[in-house]
Amino acid sequence: MAERKFLNGNYALAAAVKLAAPEVIAAYPITPQSSIVEKLAEFVSNGELEADFIKVESEHSALAACYGAASTGCRVFTATSSQGLAYMAEMLPYVSGNRFPVVMAVANRGLAAPWTIWGDHQDAVSMRDHGWIQLHVENAQEALDTCLQAYKLAEHPGVLTPVMVCLDGFVLSHTEELVEVPTAEEVKGFLPPYEPMHAVDMNNPTTFCIGAGPDVFTEYKYSQQLGMEAALELIPEIAAEFAEKFGRNHGGLIESYSCEDAEYILVSMGSVTGTARVVADQLRSEGVKAGILKLRAFRPFPIQAVSQVIKRAKGIGVLDRDYSYGNEGALATEVKAALYGSDVRPSVTNFIAGLGGRDILPSDIREMFAVLERSVSQPGSVKPVNFVGLRWQR
Amino acid sequence: MSVPVKEVPFAGTVPSPKTENEGMITGNWRTRRPVLDADKCTNCLICWISCPDSSVNQNADVVSFNLKYCKGCGICNEVCPVGAISLAPELDFED
Repeated sequence: MAERKFLNGNYALAAAVKLAAPEVIAAYPITPQSSIVEKLAEFVSNGELEADFIKVESEHSALAACYGAASTGCRVFTATSSQGLAYMAEMLPYVSGNRFPVVMAVANRGLAAPWTIWGDHQDAVSMRDHGWIQLHVENAQEALDTCLQAYKLAEHPGVLTPVMVCLDGFVLSHTEELVEVPTAEEVKGFLPPYEPMHAVDMNNPTTFCIGAGPDVFTEYKYSQQLGMEAALELIPEIAAEFAEKFGRNHGGLIESYSCEDAEYILVSMGSVTGTARVVADQLRSEGVKAGILKLRAFRPFPIQAVSQVIKRAKGIGVLDRDYSYGNEGALATEVKAALYGSDVRPSVTNFIAGLGGRDILPSDIREMFAVLERSVSQPGSVKPVNFVGLRWQR
Repeated sequence: MSVPVKEVPFAGTVPSPKTENEGMITGNWRTRRPVLDADKCTNCLICWISCPDSSVNQNADVVSFNLKYCKGCGICNEVCPVGAISLAPELDFED
């Protein structure tokens, strides 16, 4: 029988990792991720999890150790945040290019300077082009469930691509919720043992990471894209299979809420989606046709799924907890690109909010919808990019 | 022109070479040659495991060097615990 426990996002994730039973965990502590691997270290030391816990001197070494461990064909886990993820940047494409199905939890946190430990999506979003799948979750239960799905996805022979499971720092990582923890037996029926394509074998030596000249390098990059395309198909399938076995479905690539007849849709990622849903309900009761589109997969980016849901609306808002300096929020760029091939193109307004852990209040989201209405009723009156609640006076 | 999939082995992972690569003779890069003092060698094989070019040969009694590929980096000389490997200027040799 599954157990219902009061767990924060980090402990829910650690519980999922214990169920997935990786043989090697290598990590370096960084807030707000630390308690994931601290919990796992506890599981290892008290014998609840049979894994080698490799203590390393940096995040770069952590992922390098995962790379080495993965080359032996075993299941691997690591976790990080913020500057830690940035420090892993050099190793990220080595892991994805070697097609090692490493799963990493990212407790999302802003990037310095100025120094911050608080949550936003700048860390994960700025690592989007390193060939890792990125799944963003909304609550602690989804963190647990998505971690199990992530191993199944990453290890699928057609995918063989590492996955980041991204959960908002503090709002999810350190906030306790009621979480259902499945039994090891139940998980066994969902997540089969990992069968590696290659493994280090002293009797049959294998060379990893060959040098590739201009004649074949492009083909390797194309092969990674094929893995991403397979993931695009598999993410919803795996979510559906999970729902069948465990009774919970958090959406596949996306989850739309009240979007069918919506005139105004707010696209969001992560924990703020819960707040946004409540506001959408309030607005509906007041006669505003509001909808919420939660993006679960940031990479691969679900162009078709997103454009299908939002193209019939009048005004689209994109809530970014990140910023691509000199342009706009990264998510806004993606959403606009998704609409480019569509027959109708609603106006898209970008909202920058929740940077460095600033709360996104229901009143902020109400204001975003008010701006969306204005963007449609008075075209040209709304700025394309809006910093929500900006406390800036010249 | 399309590239056959077999020329792009998945993930760039291939069986390691088990034979010498005649197309890449590196022994002529060498400026210092490892020379073994067979009386001192204990055949501990630390040089064998340390050689980055797999140019130390295992033998029954003492090691020998594959001078066709040895680049003369001197790691074997550094790691030998009994000082059995010295480095001599390459130009001192006739061959």
